[in-house]
This record gives sequence, C-alpha cells and structure tokens, in this order.
Amino acid sequence: MTAAAAEQGGGNAQRASRLSALHGTFAYAALRIVRALVTVWGVVTLVFLLVHVIPGDPIDAILGDQASSADRVALRRALRLDQPLAAQYAAFLGDTLDGSLGHSYRQRDREVSAMIAEVAPHTARLALAAMLIALGIALPLGILAAARRGSGWDRAASSLGMLGLAIPNIWLGPLLVLAFGVKLRILPLPGDDPTALLALVLPALTVGTALTAVLARQTRAAMIETLGQQYVLAATARGLPRMRVLLDYGLRNALLPVLTVSAAQLSGLLSGAVITEKIFERPGIGTLFLEAFFDRDIPVVQGCVLVIATIYVAVNLLLDIAYGLADPRVRLS
Amino acid sequence: MRFGVPVMLLFVAAALFGPLLAPHAPDAIDLSAQFALPSRAHWLGTADNGVDVLSVLLHGARLAGVIALCTVGISLVLGSALGAFAGYRGGRIDHAITGFADLVQAFPSIVLNIAILALVAEPGLSHMILALSANGWVIFMRIARAQTLVLREAEFVHAARLLGAPERHVLTHHVLPNLASALIVQASAALGGAVLAESTLSFLGLGPGVAASWGALLDQGSAVLLRFPHVALIAGGVIAITVLACNITGDYLRDALDPKLKHRS
Repeated sequence: MTAAAAEQGGGNAQRASRLSALHGTFAYAALRIVRALVTVWGVVTLVFLLVHVIPGDPIDAILGDQASSADRVALRRALRLDQPLAAQYAAFLGDTLDGSLGHSYRQRDREVSAMIAEVAPHTARLALAAMLIALGIALPLGILAAARRGSGWDRAASSLGMLGLAIPNIWLGPLLVLAFGVKLRILPLPGDDPTALLALVLPALTVGTALTAVLARQTRAAMIETLGQQYVLAATARGLPRMRVLLDYGLRNALLPVLTVSAAQLSGLLSGAVITEKIFERPGIGTLFLEAFFDRDIPVVQGCVLVIATIYVAVNLLLDIAYGLADPRVRLS
Repeated sequence: MRFGVPVMLLFVAAALFGPLLAPHAPDAIDLSAQFALPSRAHWLGTADNGVDVLSVLLHGARLAGVIALCTVGISLVLGSALGAFAGYRGGRIDHAITGFADLVQAFPSIVLNIAILALVAEPGLSHMILALSANGWVIFMRIARAQTLVLREAEFVHAARLLGAPERHVLTHHVLPNLASALIVQASAALGGAVLAESTLSFLGLGPGVAASWGALLDQGSAVLLRFPHVALIAGGVIAITVLACNITGDYLRDALDPKLKHRS
C-alpha cells in the first residue's frame, strides 16, 4: 500500500468516526427529546387526574354547598365533568395540544394560555434576576472560601450558607422590606410600580437567597476539587499570579458542576417566585395561580401547574443536551 | 451548631404542652391592646384584635407539630417501602416507581401542594397533610432505593436468601433495619421542611382554617409591617429557628449514627 493510499484510508476512518460521533450526538439528543415529551405527557395526565383523585367534589369547591342544583348541573357540564372519564381526558389533551389550555371558568371568554402569557414576562424577569444575583454573590463567596480554606472567611461563608438555606422566603421578604424600604428608604415598597428595575431588587434577593447558599456551597466544593489538581499546582509553580490561577485554572473548570446545580434548583426558584410575588404584590404566574386558587378557577390552576412543570422539564432537557454536547462521556451512559 | 437538638426538643415540648401553657386563648380578643409591644401582660406583644402573640405561637406549635409529624410519618413509611421494593426487585418495578417519582418531581413542591388544596372546598388538617405528603415521599424513596441497591448485594442478604428466607422476611429483617439511620437523618430535615411548608401555605392564606398558625400570624404581621414590625419579626423568627434546628439536628444525627464518620473525627 502506498503512503498516499494509507493517508486516504486514515482520512476516511477519521471522517467515519466524526460522522458516527455526530450520529451519536443526534441519537442522544433525539432520545432525550422523546423522553422529555413522555414526561410532559405524564405531567399533563397527572394534572388531569388530580381533579378526579382528590377526595371531594370539585363542584363543591367552586360553588360551595349553598348552590342550587341547576347551577351545579350547569357547572358540571361547563367543566365537562358530566362526560365519561375518557372523553374528559381526550378533551383535556385537545386543549393542551391546541395551546389554549382550555378556558377560564371565571372569565369564560378567556383562554388560559393567553392569561398566563400576559403575566409570564414578569415572572421570567424575577427568576432571571434572582439567578443573576445568586451567581453574582455565590461565585466570589465560594471562590474565597475555597482559596482560604479553614479561615475565618471560609467559616463565615459556610454559616451564611446555613442561614441562607434556613431563612424562609416568607420572613426574608418582609425583613428586606423593613430594612431597605422602610428604614433606609432606598428601594421601592411592595405595591409600587412593579416594572421599575429597582423594584426587582428586593424580590429577586428574596427568591435568590436560598439559591445563593446552595451555589456558594457547590462553588466551594468544586473549587477545592479543581485547586487540588496537578495542573493548578503546575501553574502556581510556573509563577502565575494567584488571581489568574484561581480564575483561569480553577473557576473555569469548576463552573460546569455549579451551572448544573443552578439548573437543578429551578424548581425551588419557581416555588420561590410564587411566594415572593404575593409578598411584594407583583403580577406574575404565581399571583395568577393564587388568584385562581381563591376563585377556585380550576382550569387556570391546572394551566399554571402545567406551564410551570413543563418549563422545568424543558430546562432540564436543554441542560441534558448541552451537557452531552460538551462532554462525550455523558452520551454513553 | 449545638443548639439544634435543644431547640427541637423545645419545639416538641411546645407542640405537646403548648396549648396548656398558653396564658390566653389564641383567639381571645382585646381591642384595647391591638398590636401592642411586648409587656408584662403580653410577653411577646399582641397582634390583630389584641390577640396574645405568645399564645398564638404555642397553639401554632401544636398545629405545625401535628402536620409535620403526620406528613413525615406518611412520607417515610410510603417512601421507604416503595424505595426498598424498587431497589430490591429492580427491573420493571424499579423503572415504574422511579419514573413516577421523576414525574412528581417535575412539579415544584409548593405548586403541587396548592394545586391539590385548590380542589377541596374547605381545606382542613387532613387535606394539608395529604397535599404535603403527595411529594414528601419522593426523597425517602430515593434514599431507600439507593441504599437497597447496595444492600441487595451484601453477603448477609445473599446468605439469608440462600437459606431460603422468603422475600418479605429479607426485606423486613435484613434490608429495612439497615436503612433506618439514613432515613432517620432525612426525617429530621424533612420535619423542618414540613414546618416551613405548613407556615408558607398558611401565610398564603391556604392553611386549615384554625385560629392559631405561625404562617398566618406572620401574614398578619407582614400586613402591618410598616407600623408594627414586632409581630412579623417574632413569628418569622420562630419559624426560621425551628427549621434551622431541624436541619442542624439532621446533620448531628448523621454524624452520630454513622460510625465511619465518628472514627474519622
């Protein structure tokens, strides 16, 4: 075999392996997407079944026990509860697939999805701000704690973390309002214009504190692990400035697990948003959800739950795929 | 770090005897002393309608204690049974149980709790416990399953099986006792989680319609935060310290129950 032919053969093999890697990536992504779709279908089914599994008649929940029997029959028909279970399920799936999520029971002419879409940007902004604040505090704190392990800084960071995890949203919110809104008067009070950027600070802190505690702990652990690696020692031995070693060699490699954990915390973030919107009297999915609860507007309650759970599944799907692209070992498992 | 266990004992004592020790009824109205600061007559001050804050807290401890204990009890029994079963049997049963747990976990906990309560006309104590247990079992299931997967391959389990012990006997006599310490540690943390969840739901106005609840008191205090901050400060502080104590006790138990950790330190 001539050298040229051997080279060509090698090129083919390389191309083939690259193709199979690409194929592997697609297969991996496709598998994840199918799995996520199955989960969403499960979520839809569970949300549908809730109405039937919970003891008690939802008609009582909505109308109370004083209602006339004519009203009860009418409501039962409007909510399709007079139909067989399979027909109800088919209708529920239909409402989900056409994107309307059904109609509000209290405002009959409004589609649930339109009501959610109207307020969703407020919640998205709050969640994003909370995430940014959490990363902004947790990364420096975690790096400092890891770099000066066992020092006063380290202990202070870990106590703060314990406290941040234990302090309830429902207490932290009022405390922050008291400190910054009432005593210091530097940030807006609940009920002020919710679209102002400054009005986002306290709610985002309220939602983000627990996340900050989790991420700081994770950053510290990941940094300690990376800083123990040979290449960090080598970089230090070559005389690179400490800061450069910490950020370029340490943080860059410690960041991936930290980001994974932050996505896993999304569920807590969304729970926090529901509570915080109520404390700060802000519009959003949480406020809509709670209003629907008190109105016993069951289609809206179901729609909100569905959207929140689907966001959770979707973000985890994106994370899975991104992880698979970044690290080929993940695809194999 | 050492305050975890005493505070938790204090919480248990308050839940058991609080209503007997309370100086006033939790709904005794005193319109002359609304939102009064702490004084000799009212040690922790008064809230809306002059209700004694200390008495509300003591009665609220009973509510929080009952709900937390029942929720954790149900979650623990259900979760560890499912987890041990899934881990021991493996295969399809394992897939089904973990798949369902994944599904439940797609719902943020408080959101699922609220959705369940929304379907009940007048949510009471049992509905609250049911709603909180609906996702409380998942963490116990995961812990029990993970440990069982390891135990299943342990020599003494193999030995028991070879000696012809029926599956149920192996599970109850060899697997479950070895799960206990991990489950107890988690139960302590879960108690704190349940207290917090009850307070949060009551704060949001979704709690059982009883006179005294920590969360409802905090909600009252938050409404008048600008003029009478002491109510919200005290109510929130009690919730935070209780939750913190449960978490710390969990850590303490983990160290105490794990012989490997004890040797290391």
